Amino acid sequence: MADSVTSLTSVEAIDVTPVQKPRQLFLEVLYDWITTVDHKKIGLMYIAYSLVFLIVGGIEAIIMRIQLAVPHGTFVSPQVFNRMFTLHGTTMVFFVGMPILFGFGNYLVPLMIGARDMAFPRLNAFSFWISALGGILLYYSFIGGVGLYGAGSAPDVGWFAYAPLTAKVFSPGHSTDYWTLSILLSGIGSIGTALNIVTTIICMRCPGMKLNRMPLLSWLYLVTSSMVFIAISPLTAAQIMLLLDRYIGSHFFDTQAGGSAVLWMHFFWIFGHPEVYILVLPAFAFANEIIPVFSRKAVFGYPAMVAASVGIGFISMSVWAHHMFAVGMGAGANVFFVFSTMIISVPTGIKIFNWLATIWGGKIRFASPMLFSVGFLFQFLIAGLTGIMLSVAPFDWQLTGSYFVVAHFHYVLVGAILFMIFAAFYYWYPKVTGRMMSERLGKWHFWLMVIGFHMTFDFMHIPGLLGMPRRIYTYEPGRGWEIWNLIVSIGAIVQAVATLIFVYNLIHSYYKGEVAGNDPWDAWTLEWSTASPPPVYNFATTPVVHSRRPLWDIKHPEDPDWNYE
Amino acid sequence: MSTIPITPDAADEPWVLPDRGTVGMACLIMAESAIFVIFVVAYIFYMGQSLSGPTPRQVLELPIFTTICLLSSSFTLHWAVAALRKSKMGAFTAWLATTVALGAIFIIGTGMEWYHLIYVDGLTIRTNLFGTTFYSLVGLHATHVIVGLLMLLAALIFALTGHVTEKHAHRMDVLSLYWHFVDAVWVVVFTVVYVLGR
Ligand code: HEM
Ligand SMILES: [Cu+2]
Repeated sequence: MADSVTSLTSVEAIDVTPVQKPRQLFLEVLYDWITTVDHKKIGLMYIAYSLVFLIVGGIEAIIMRIQLAVPHGTFVSPQVFNRMFTLHGTTMVFFVGMPILFGFGNYLVPLMIGARDMAFPRLNAFSFWISALGGILLYYSFIGGVGLYGAGSAPDVGWFAYAPLTAKVFSPGHSTDYWTLSILLSGIGSIGTALNIVTTIICMRCPGMKLNRMPLLSWLYLVTSSMVFIAISPLTAAQIMLLLDRYIGSHFFDTQAGGSAVLWMHFFWIFGHPEVYILVLPAFAFANEIIPVFSRKAVFGYPAMVAASVGIGFISMSVWAHHMFAVGMGAGANVFFVFSTMIISVPTGIKIFNWLATIWGGKIRFASPMLFSVGFLFQFLIAGLTGIMLSVAPFDWQLTGSYFVVAHFHYVLVGAILFMIFAAFYYWYPKVTGRMMSERLGKWHFWLMVIGFHMTFDFMHIPGLLGMPRRIYTYEPGRGWEIWNLIVSIGAIVQAVATLIFVYNLIHSYYKGEVAGNDPWDAWTLEWSTASPPPVYNFATTPVVHSRRPLWDIKHPEDPDWNYE
Repeated sequence: MSTIPITPDAADEPWVLPDRGTVGMACLIMAESAIFVIFVVAYIFYMGQSLSGPTPRQVLELPIFTTICLLSSSFTLHWAVAALRKSKMGAFTAWLATTVALGAIFIIGTGMEWYHLIYVDGLTIRTNLFGTTFYSLVGLHATHVIVGLLMLLAALIFALTGHVTEKHAHRMDVLSLYWHFVDAVWVVVFTVVYVLGR
């Protein structure tokens, strides 16, 4: 980093066509990727890996929905159904959500703060490979057992693996060990990456990028990554205990020897609840970058946004036991967790209002990234409302084991997080590849996704209210559940089709997409000042920034942003 | 909103950021603390819940001597780094060697304690909840001591072969952060396991 430091004076716009590299041997390319320590390549590997798992997890969801489309379904056996929901939940949370967020973080954070790489490039590569090993191990369990058709010996204890179901007597064989080890490894990878992201943001910012000038995305990644330390580590500890129980006969969760199953629940949810925020904060981060650019206004209330994010980070650590109202924790604990859960809606509400204020009166462009962001805003609002309903303990007692809960959390996971992930793909794809994604396919994707999403998860609330429990592999006719389940299943298939269009778009646009140039969206943050795709060293000269929107300053020298800070 | 442009001054300001090693180690310590907290909570949660003996009162003895050794090793390491910063290589190596020796005494002490517990008192990790939580918590800490010892030992070897200079003081700083953390954890473990737990 010893080169000259010059003020950023122009967008480096020379050659906009994606560079055609001389053809390399396949093995050489493979070697390059496997040994790389470049944050951009590692970011892309994370993203590719989670896309693969998105498809896998999606297939598992479809299998469950085919089974449940009609009463007395016989598509899969009860045990395979158990394995499907276990793998689906685990895959989506640990091998789609986490890696995709770290993928974008890896790719974007150094670019947006004007750094050349992450703080610890080799640790970065290590974290990626160890996480990937975790994912592979989870699916390796298929091969180990009674053959593929019986779905091998995949884990079937649910993604939260409640004790004592995981005890040797109830889960003989190695399926649960695969589950534990895969979570343990991916947890270590996550902690490594989080450490790297925090250190990068604190120590690698380019000159002038004070904390209060960082793009909101970096702020949110700072908060999420810090949460990883305090949330994933307890999970790692709990997994170690579970392994000790299963392998050398200790008694942490062994009720026969006085161990406690509720302790596992606490340990799991001390991780499990913050995890939801670890996933949703990056979604907020993308919204913070995309909504302003497509409304042509600076984000409304930057300091409030930062404060709200930090607030969410703190409060989310104290609400975990709202997943345990039905366990019988006693009135005092219930009241505490009811109120802490409700309080978290305050900073969240602040964020929603700030986004609305950003859009308000702006010149809105409904390109695909913005479409998905608007879908996100709307759906996140509804998810928040059902969330507040569930935070009321007596209401939760009625519905906690029902499809209502499944509908609620998928509203967050799909309606908010997945929608923002799609938005981020459309938004940053041109930076990564040098080409635009097809807008036409993007619109198809969006509308099919919206229709499928609402068919699935709006109607899923109804059988829940009618008493349909979750994690049942089939049900009796005549309880008024049939029609809703059929609609839900059709919706799931519509979403699957939409996702396939998206994947097709990703591949197709790589070869045929319109050439993008450095700054196709007329955006304001640093990543758009360098070439598309960015060179290995990111920036020819280390940028110096003077405001929150450095590219605005360049484009509008008569009215630079620092006047308003 | 003012209309008079404020001249940006960032380029002239000296631009110093915190050091990577320190921040990275601080993050690691945060993550590790969270792991320890869970094990400590489990220990406290199961205190006195064992369905069968032996109880801590029957078998645990206060490891006063090894504790003193471990805690004083924090000081010797601190003096070692201070010496290194002043380029006093002899003092540095001596203090570092003392640190390694004190840490080793602690580990040997733990080993002897465990030997006694297992072969004389018949307490293993399977015996009861006390065994389960005791060996896992103390073992987790001992693992950290061993890792730290290995790193210190590596530093000592580099120092003896003349590969360490004042320029490396900073790396030693980061390493000693870790060592102080391990020591601090021992204070908690000692209090919970040997004082409150008895
Ligand atoms: C897009 C289409 C999706 C569909 C149709 C779908 C469908 C389902 C179904 C049918 C279940 C089982 C409910 C039960 O019987 O209890 C389920 C569970 C679950 N899903 Fe999804 N899902 C989708 C996406 C996602 C995503 C993106 C995530 C996370 C990022 C996710 C996370 C989970 C979790 C954590 C569970 C709970 C598993 C358990 O009960 O152990 N799902 N999903
Ligand atoms: Cu929660």
